[in-house]
Amino acid sequence: MSEQKKSFEHIVRERWCKGCNICVAFCPKQVLALRNGKVYAAHPELCIGCRLCEIRCPDFAIEIHEKGVQKPESQDASDVDHTIPPEAKHA
Amino acid sequence: MSDSLKYFRENRLPHIWCPGCGHGTVTGALVRAIAKLKLDKNKIVVVSGIGCSSRAPGYLDFDTLHTTHGRALAFATGIKLSRPELKVIVMTGDGDCTAIGGNHFIHAARRNIDITTILMNNNIYGMTSGQYSPMTPKGMLGTTAPYGNTERSFDLAKLSIAAGATYVARATAYHAVLLEELIEKALLNPGFSVVEALSQCPTYYGRKNKLGTPVDMMTWFKDHAVNIKAAAVMSPEKLEGKFLIGEMHNSPEPEFTAEYSALAEGVRRKFDSFQGGLRECAQNSD
Repeated sequence: MSEQKKSFEHIVRERWCKGCNICVAFCPKQVLALRNGKVYAAHPELCIGCRLCEIRCPDFAIEIHEKGVQKPESQDASDVDHTIPPEAKHA
Repeated sequence: MSDSLKYFRENRLPHIWCPGCGHGTVTGALVRAIAKLKLDKNKIVVVSGIGCSSRAPGYLDFDTLHTTHGRALAFATGIKLSRPELKVIVMTGDGDCTAIGGNHFIHAARRNIDITTILMNNNIYGMTSGQYSPMTPKGMLGTTAPYGNTERSFDLAKLSIAAGATYVARATAYHAVLLEELIEKALLNPGFSVVEALSQCPTYYGRKNKLGTPVDMMTWFKDHAVNIKAAAVMSPEKLEGKFLIGEMHNSPEPEFTAEYSALAEGVRRKFDSFQGGLRECAQNSD
């Protein structure tokens, strides 16, 4: 092995996932699975980072990040308090 | 996704589309194409009509306009003519664009106005519970075609090429990577660009025609789509029952708003320098 194997982490926004199974079915490495109608990474070590799940997800619910690569800090949408109307921020 | 997430109105998500609906994939492809081109979000206007597809602008953080049924292109023409520096994108559906807005569509294509039209074709009127549309294939079922649709469907690519669009392409929700590339090219084309994105409707079209789950419908796209480059060397028998995807037509021509402003500038110059006399239009004056 000339270079170290890359590893990836799967960020799932469970609030947005509708469990349509598209990402699970078209994953070339069978990394993903459904649990209680939401997707989760069952075998994250098999992931090759092709991002086909991220590209095909109709609900923008899954995201792949390469581990060890510095990514700009982005707010995870599932943590946002949606009870606050957006107008409140523009006071 | 994280770099394109800033183009979404996150507080409006999750969207109202059914689980497995392809419209979300198409919207995602558009947003990724915009993120890739690093376009300014204050210089983009997204216009839509009525239908499932036309819900998309509600989730996008651009200046957006949700207009009357079929008239998205008419409103978009107004926006583009009054502010030619803006990038105008129309998101429309098969019923919206080819049935009630068919006339607006062919005339926008004829004028070659710089609008990027993304047509999400799910072969049915999904929002109003599954009536057949002009793009429902012959023989398929709908709520208003319980024994099968007897009408022939439009081939949108051929229609738009014939009407004068300068960039025409087609992809499916399964071929999302290709779709993103085609949308990117369409956004860069100065002229009327049409990208037809085939999208699955598992709720109405799928259930009515017993096409199975969203995954089965996407697998159908995978099995029946042939890239136009590959089709060039294939025999007609092999292409039986298949449909073409890829870039169908790309030939830049003079764009409408540029031509119009050049004309207006010419006329203004002539009138500003008017010194008296016949104004070179004696035959028209009474």
